[in-house]
Amino acid sequence: MNWQLPTLFGQTKTVLERVQDTTLPGTAVPQSSIERPETGVTYWFPEQASTFAEGVDDLYMFILWVSTVSFVVIVAAMVYLVFKYRRKGKEIVIEPSSSHNTKLEIAWSVLPSILLVPMFWWGATGYFDSRIPRDDAEEILVTASRYNWLFTYPDGDSSSELHLVRDQPVKLVMQSKDVLHSMYIPAFRQKMDIVPGRYTYAYINPTKLGQYRLSCTEYCGEGHSKMRTVAEVHISNEDRKANTQWIKAEHPPWENGSRLYKIHCSGCHRIDGKAATGPALNLTWGRKGKAHNGDPIEANEQYIKESIEYPDKVVVEGFGPVSKMNSFKGILDQDDISHVIAYLKYLQDPSLVTDSPEAAGSPNEGKSGEAEKPESEDEAVSTEDKEDSDA
Amino acid sequence: MSSEAIRNTFGTPETHFLNHEKGWKSWAFTLDHKRIGIMYLIGVNVALIMAGIFALVLRSHLWSFDGTGPVKLSNEMYNQMFTLHGAVMVFSFIIPSVPAALGNIVLPMMLGAKDVAFPRMNLASFYLWIAGTGCLLAAILSGNGLDTGWTFYTPYSIETETGVIYATFGAFILGFSSIFTGLNFLVTVNTMRAKGQTWFKLPLFLWSLYATSIIQVLATPVLGITLLMLIAEKTMHIGIFDPKYGGDPVLFQHFFWFYSHPAVYIMILPAMGVISELISVYSQKKIFGYSFIAFSSIAIALLGFLVWGHHMFTSGQSQVVTLIFSAITFTVAIPSAVKVFNWLATLYKGSILLSTPMCYALSFIFLFGIGGLTGLFLGALSTDIHLHDTYFVVAHFHFVMVGGTLTALLGGVFHWWPKIFGRMYNDTLGRISCFLVFTGFNLTFFPQFVMGARGMPRRYATYDPEFQIFHQYSTIGAFVLGFGIVMAYSVLLYAAFKGPRCGSNPFRAASLEWQSSSPPDFHNFTHKVVMTDPYDFDTQVYDEELDTYVHRELAQPTKPVEADPQPATH
Repeated sequence: MNWQLPTLFGQTKTVLERVQDTTLPGTAVPQSSIERPETGVTYWFPEQASTFAEGVDDLYMFILWVSTVSFVVIVAAMVYLVFKYRRKGKEIVIEPSSSHNTKLEIAWSVLPSILLVPMFWWGATGYFDSRIPRDDAEEILVTASRYNWLFTYPDGDSSSELHLVRDQPVKLVMQSKDVLHSMYIPAFRQKMDIVPGRYTYAYINPTKLGQYRLSCTEYCGEGHSKMRTVAEVHISNEDRKANTQWIKAEHPPWENGSRLYKIHCSGCHRIDGKAATGPALNLTWGRKGKAHNGDPIEANEQYIKESIEYPDKVVVEGFGPVSKMNSFKGILDQDDISHVIAYLKYLQDPSLVTDSPEAAGSPNEGKSGEAEKPESEDEAVSTEDKEDSDA
Repeated sequence: MSSEAIRNTFGTPETHFLNHEKGWKSWAFTLDHKRIGIMYLIGVNVALIMAGIFALVLRSHLWSFDGTGPVKLSNEMYNQMFTLHGAVMVFSFIIPSVPAALGNIVLPMMLGAKDVAFPRMNLASFYLWIAGTGCLLAAILSGNGLDTGWTFYTPYSIETETGVIYATFGAFILGFSSIFTGLNFLVTVNTMRAKGQTWFKLPLFLWSLYATSIIQVLATPVLGITLLMLIAEKTMHIGIFDPKYGGDPVLFQHFFWFYSHPAVYIMILPAMGVISELISVYSQKKIFGYSFIAFSSIAIALLGFLVWGHHMFTSGQSQVVTLIFSAITFTVAIPSAVKVFNWLATLYKGSILLSTPMCYALSFIFLFGIGGLTGLFLGALSTDIHLHDTYFVVAHFHFVMVGGTLTALLGGVFHWWPKIFGRMYNDTLGRISCFLVFTGFNLTFFPQFVMGARGMPRRYATYDPEFQIFHQYSTIGAFVLGFGIVMAYSVLLYAAFKGPRCGSNPFRAASLEWQSSSPPDFHNFTHKVVMTDPYDFDTQVYDEELDTYVHRELAQPTKPVEADPQPATH
C-alpha cells in the first residue's frame, strides 16, 4: 500500500512536467523512468530488491512497534496524570505519596534493557548478512570521484551505471579518487563509505529486476546532490553485457567522446547551457573568452587538451583562479582526448563531425582490447582531431 | 539589615544586581555571574537568530526539488547555508545555551553562594565565546564562506578553498570557552555549597550541570587538538588526515566524534536537569527517585564517552568495533528512559499547574521521547546502514537537540525570568508560543523521518521529486517554529521591561535561588540562606502582604522554627 500525504496546492502536474525533462547526471537513464513503482513500496520503504532488505525492514518495523507502544503509553500516562492532577483554583492540594520506590525503579530500568537485547542481536546479524560476501560473489570495482561513478566489471567492461544480474551476488570493491563518498542504494538497503587511501567493500545479492537509484550520501562538495546514478538489475549475464560492453571501434569518435563525458565529466559539466562546477560543454567549442587573469583564450583543440591534462594552467574567467578540476593526465589517453574533442564539436554543431565520415586519418588504435574490431569504423575520426591533439 | 527589611526585599527590592551599577562598563567588566549569564543569554540567542535565519533560507530553497522555488540558491550557496547553520547552532548556540547562560545565573544561587569560584575566568569564558563566534563568522566575511558541513570531514576540508581555518580556529576558541565554564562549575559545586547542603540535597539541575562539566573538561581538549591538527594538515601537510600526504580520513572521524558525541550530552544533560526542576516545581511534588535521576546523569556522561563509533558504522571501521559500539550505544538508552519514567511518576498525585514552563517541560517529554526512541533505529546495525546519512538522522538529532534542548531552554528561561527581572510574563501568550513551537517543530521534522526511511540523503541541494511534498511540509513547519520562538522571546522581553512586579518566589519553588529577592541582590542573598530540601515545597508559605511565597523561617524571622506549625498544604 503506497500511502501518500495529500499534495500541497495541487502542484503534482507541474512537478511531473518538470521531471520529464530531467535526466540523471552521467547516465542514459531519465529520472522519470525510476519513479517510485506502485508495487513493493510501503509507507516507510522503497521496494526490497536484495536478499537482506527484508530483514532490515522487519527489524525496522519491530523497533517501530516497540517504540510506538512505549511512546503511546508514555504520552497517554502523561496526559492522564496532567489531567487528573491538574491544579483546580489557587489551592495547592497534595495527596501524600511516596517519592521513591526502589523496586519499581529497578523494574523500569531492567525491563527496557531486556527489550533492547533482541534489537541489538537482530541488527548485528542483519549487518553481517549485508557485509560478508558469499564466496562465489563476483567482484566489481567501484571508482568514485567528484561527481562521477565508474563501475568496472570482471570482464574489463566499464559503465557509469551499476549493472547487476539477478541472484548473482557481487562484492563491490570501492575506491575514491579524491574525497569521501558513500555509495547508497536504498532499494538494496546497502550503504558504504568510499574512503580515499583505503579500499572499502560492500556486498549485494540483488533479487528483483528493475532500475534503482544509487546516490552519494557522504557530502563531497558542490555537486554532491548531482552525484547520482542508477543500479540496474538484469535477468542474465548476456543481457548485462549488452549494456556494459562498449566497443570503441563500433562508434564514431563523438559517440566515444559522449560516453567518456558521461563517465568522467558529467558530474561537473552540463550540456544544457547552464554553468555548474565547470562551464557548460555545449557552448565550449570555438568559444572566444577570457581567462581568469584577463588573457584572451580560444577553445580550440590545444586548449581543450591542455585543460584536460593541466586544468590549472589557464582557467576560464569565473571559474578560477584555482580550478576545481582534477587532472585527467594518465586517465584519458590521447585517443580519448580526441574523442572528447569530437564530442564537443558535435555538441556545438553535429555537422562538424558527422557530415564528413570519410575524412580519414584516424589516430584511433582501438586500445580497449575488444575482440572484433571492424576496420572501416576506425576511419570516422576527422583529421583535425589528430593534428591538433598531437600539437 | 533588619529582619523586617530583609523580608521586604522579597516583595520588591530597592537595589539589586540590575541597578547596582550603571553604564556599559559595569556590564562589560562585570564579574557578577548573573550579568555574565544575561550577556551569555543575549549572545546565544543572537547566534540562534542567525543560525535560524540560515535554516529558513535553506528550507525555502528546498521548497522545490530542482531548486526553482521562491528562494534560489546555487549548490555552493546551499552547501554554505547548511554548514553555517550547523556550525553556528552547535558551537555557538546549543553547547553554551543551557549551561553558560542559564547555568551561570542559577548555579551559584542554588548553592547559596555569592558567585562562581572563579569570576574572572567566567568573564573570560564569555569573551572567548565572542571571539570564537566572531572567528566562525569571519569565514563568511573572508569572501569564500564555509562549505564543509559542521563536521569538517577530511580530506574535503583540506582541499576546499573556503574559510575552514577561520571556522576551525573559531570552534577551537569556543572549546576553551566551554572548558572555562565547565571547570568553574566543577570547582564551584565542590567547594561553595551552602552549610548543610550535602550532595544529595543539590537540586537535580546541579547534578546534570556537574555531569556536563565533567564532559566539557575531559572531552573538549580532544576537539581542540583535532582542530589544530586539521589546521596543521591544511597549512603544512603533515600527513595525518589526508591520504595524499599519507594520512587517514577515518582517523579524523574518530578524533572528531570522540569529542562530538560526548558533546551531544553536553547539549542534552543540562536540558534534562532543567526539566527535572520544572516538573517538580509545577507539580509541587518532591521529584520521584531523586538518586536514580542524579546517577543517571553521571551514567550518561560516562557512557557518552564510549559510543562515538556509532557515527561511523559505514565509515570503514572494523566490523568487530562496529558491533561493540552498537552494543554500548543501546546501554545509553537506559538512563535516558529512567529519567522519563521518573518525571512521569513525579506527576502522580501532584498539583499540576499548566503554566508556560510546564507546557515546555511536557513538550520536552513528548519530543525527547520521539528523539530518544528513533535513536534505537540508528543504534541497531542493519537498520542504521540503511538510515545513516539520510534525513532520518537529521530528524532524529533535531528531535533531541531542538525538541530537547531548545524546548528545555525556553522552559527554563520562562521559569527563571521572574527571578532575574522581578517581573511576570503573560502566561497565556507564553503558552501560545509553546503551542506554536511544538506544532511547528513536529511539522518540520516528522516528515523527515519518512523521507529518510524512503532513502532521501542528507545535504542535497536538489533531490528526487517524490520527496518534494515532505520538504514542503517541513518548510512550512520551519516558519511556524521560527515564529513561535520569536513570539516566546517577545513575550519575555515585554515582561522584562513592562511586566507586572512579582515577588521573590511566585511559583512556590524551594531551591535556594528562590530565597533571594527578585531581581536578586548584587551579592545574591542579603541574609543567611536557610538550608532546605530543594523539593520540600511545604517549607514555602504564602505571604499575603508580599503576595509571594517565602520560606517559613524567613517569613516570620522572629518566631523560632519549631514553634511554627504550618499546615502541610496551603
